[in-house]
Amino acid sequence: MSLWLLAWRRFLRDRVGVAALAVVAAFVALAAASAAGWVARDWSGEVGVSYAPPRFLAAKINEQEDKSAAAAPSGARDDYGIPDPLAAELAEIHARLSGAAAAESRETTLVFGADKWGRDVVKKAIKGGETSLAVGVAAATLAALIGTLAGAAAGYYGGWLDDFFNWLYSVFTSIPYLLLVLAIAAVLGHKGIATVILILGLTGWTGIFRLIRAEYLKHRVREYVLAADAVGASDARRMFAHILPNVSHVVLVQLSLHVVLFIKSEVILSFLGFGVGVDTVSWGSMLAEAPSELILGVWWQIAAATLAMALAVTAFSLFTDSLRDALDPRLG
Amino acid sequence: MSLLAIDGLRVDFADVQALKGISFDIPEHTTVALVGESGSGKSVTALSILGLLPPNARVAGEILYQRRNLLKAAPRELRALRGASISMIFQEPMSSLNPVFSVGFQVGEALRMHLGFSGRKARERCIALFEEAGLSDPASKLDAYPFQLSGGEQQRVMIAMALACEPQLLIADEPTSALDVTVQKQILELIAALQRRRRMSMLFITHDLALARAVAERVVVMRRGEIREQGSVAQVFEAPRDAYTRALLACRPALDRRPARLPVIEDFLRNEASAGRGDAGTAVRPGKQGGESIILEARGLAKTFRSGRREVRAVKGASFRLARGRTLGLVGESGSGKTTLGLLVARLHPASAGSVLLKGEDALRVPRKVFKRAIQVVFQNPYASLNPRFSVGETLAEPMRIHGIGAGKGERRERAAGLLAKVGLPAAALFKYPHEFSGGQRQRIAIARALALEPELLICDEAVSALDVSVQAQLLNLLRDLQDEYAMSYLFISHDLAVVRYMADEVMVMKDGEVVETGGAEALYADPRHPYTRALLAAIPK
Repeated sequence: MSLWLLAWRRFLRDRVGVAALAVVAAFVALAAASAAGWVARDWSGEVGVSYAPPRFLAAKINEQEDKSAAAAPSGARDDYGIPDPLAAELAEIHARLSGAAAAESRETTLVFGADKWGRDVVKKAIKGGETSLAVGVAAATLAALIGTLAGAAAGYYGGWLDDFFNWLYSVFTSIPYLLLVLAIAAVLGHKGIATVILILGLTGWTGIFRLIRAEYLKHRVREYVLAADAVGASDARRMFAHILPNVSHVVLVQLSLHVVLFIKSEVILSFLGFGVGVDTVSWGSMLAEAPSELILGVWWQIAAATLAMALAVTAFSLFTDSLRDALDPRLG
Repeated sequence: MSLLAIDGLRVDFADVQALKGISFDIPEHTTVALVGESGSGKSVTALSILGLLPPNARVAGEILYQRRNLLKAAPRELRALRGASISMIFQEPMSSLNPVFSVGFQVGEALRMHLGFSGRKARERCIALFEEAGLSDPASKLDAYPFQLSGGEQQRVMIAMALACEPQLLIADEPTSALDVTVQKQILELIAALQRRRRMSMLFITHDLALARAVAERVVVMRRGEIREQGSVAQVFEAPRDAYTRALLACRPALDRRPARLPVIEDFLRNEASAGRGDAGTAVRPGKQGGESIILEARGLAKTFRSGRREVRAVKGASFRLARGRTLGLVGESGSGKTTLGLLVARLHPASAGSVLLKGEDALRVPRKVFKRAIQVVFQNPYASLNPRFSVGETLAEPMRIHGIGAGKGERRERAAGLLAKVGLPAAALFKYPHEFSGGQRQRIAIARALALEPELLICDEAVSALDVSVQAQLLNLLRDLQDEYAMSYLFISHDLAVVRYMADEVMVMKDGEVVETGGAEALYADPRHPYTRALLAAIPK
């Protein structure tokens, strides 16, 4: 029975881990469905009135509006017997406006409300989840790839190669994180998902590099690697066929950790305006709209984005913890 | 009267019966040796006496210490006993000492805790204890940290610590197996002298029968949680009643005879009538004599390790020749450079100076693949030398794939199954992973991997040292059979002089990176020239 199978069995015994994996899988499935265009394809459709409230609040809000409507003076006011010279034009405009509204038939309430332009918040959250997860996973994969390759080379060969990568690591870690991120964002110029992935991937590899380098330092002198050398295995084969499977659990756990980290980073970037473009939605861009909405008492968009993000990130973190316990039982 | 009496002690872990109801006594002022191979339950016995078993252990039976049942004693009572009346010496002195405290502080801690000594009084007592434990210049050693002491000195500190509160019972769990033979001898003499002088009782746990014979008055032989035999040293060693004891005594290679095959435990247990036939085969194996071509020659091989300004000369110029089908034994204590020399020969480390000639041709001019194919290595630790993520089939197929032996997966798998049969493992093992095998089986897999390339020279670096005596015998027999079949040469590296005596035609003795003596095995063991060789041979417990 291979060690992977044993680790998988250990993982299955961990109930929290399995539950977290189920939540993560649900998020991934939803994101995949949205990417395939099965759900939330029309997220940018302006289907509701501006700031349409969630349906479960609708009754209460309508009541309030009715009251305020009743309190307000209705109909044409009697202006001391002077006829309104614009009455005819105004009536025409009113008629045309209500006719247009009727033709568009905007909803007054939506399941979880609408944003400023009347877009469905639930669909935005699903589409935003797709973006955030894609950014998190892709950036973490990029970071893990760079970190693993650099760490393997530095740890395995040592010498000047190790010195070079350590120097690079020091440079990257000596610059404050946000400053570095913003600098790269400024250099890359245009906004977009690919840019965000590049920014996060190029800045986030350092931690993985450090761990993998240490693992390679430890493993390259192990007897099984020496034995592989003795049967004539090349350097590349020893690095990737022999050592890598033995340190891959470290990579896997780091990958999972960085997905969480990068989902959060994407939110920060988008909030600061360096994230995805205006034609895309992510949890971060939803949160960026929140400050102006909250002044108006519109809380449903920030609630939807926060809820989705908190659930995804928590599930991912719990899953990562269980993964680590299963893959490396000694840490326990 | 007995100081400690164990009666019907049973210890169960989750699904393993570690001890299946054992009973024995430790009389006052007596040394009792508990002998057994790994998994026999000897360490579990020691831990149960001290009440140090892990919480998932279920214990039944009685351990009476001065008529008090230790198994029913309260944790506080046990703590008071531990270190004061019963103390213990462990196998690994390096990991038993805390590296961040001076050794004086650590020994003083026991004095302050159990005897309530003040700082200065503890210090004086420590110096006296260090002196008793045979540490030179004890006053200055007091402030030394563990890493500043040698392995032997560390074990002396552990002994001083164990003696600090004048225990009545000293438990020594393999106290010398991590030490070199010459140091082992000194420590054994020290322990024996202390036991007599202090009139203590001692429980001496070991896997080595010869050691038990050297220090103990009574012997208890254990196997798989049961006692096979107990009695006085004279009775157990001169006239063993149990087949397993007889097998253990016979399967260890001796210095004074060289049977064609080592008897193994199964021979004795299966057919008790034929037991003892190992003694009959004193004839030397008909080795090939002269006229063989030289497979390998080393000329002035040297290796210097540098770290910063420090320079360590691990091997200071070694030269030897090895003929086809012959075995060169390489003997030395830890730090002698014997493993480094093996790695230099296999070109797993680049040499700093000197050259290796493979069949008369400079190894550096031989293509890497040809060279690797000719020389294979079996490493010491079978738990570390197999890649845990590779199945046995993958491990065996890899060298064939790299060197293009066998066409396609199917043929390579067939060959791998054949190799497994050669080393005595079933073909079903192909699909299993290393962690599913015992140490001896893993070493067989490692040997099969080396055989896959049909090398001309096999370097065995302490290949059997990590294994139990009975498994050692099986593997030594296997290595000899394979040598005859493939006409391989062996470079057999070991610290164990008896094993080398059994395997080698020629022997080379190394000390501090230098070859101090080389010669035919017979002659070298019969008439050692160099004082170091003589010291090594004298240190072996008879």
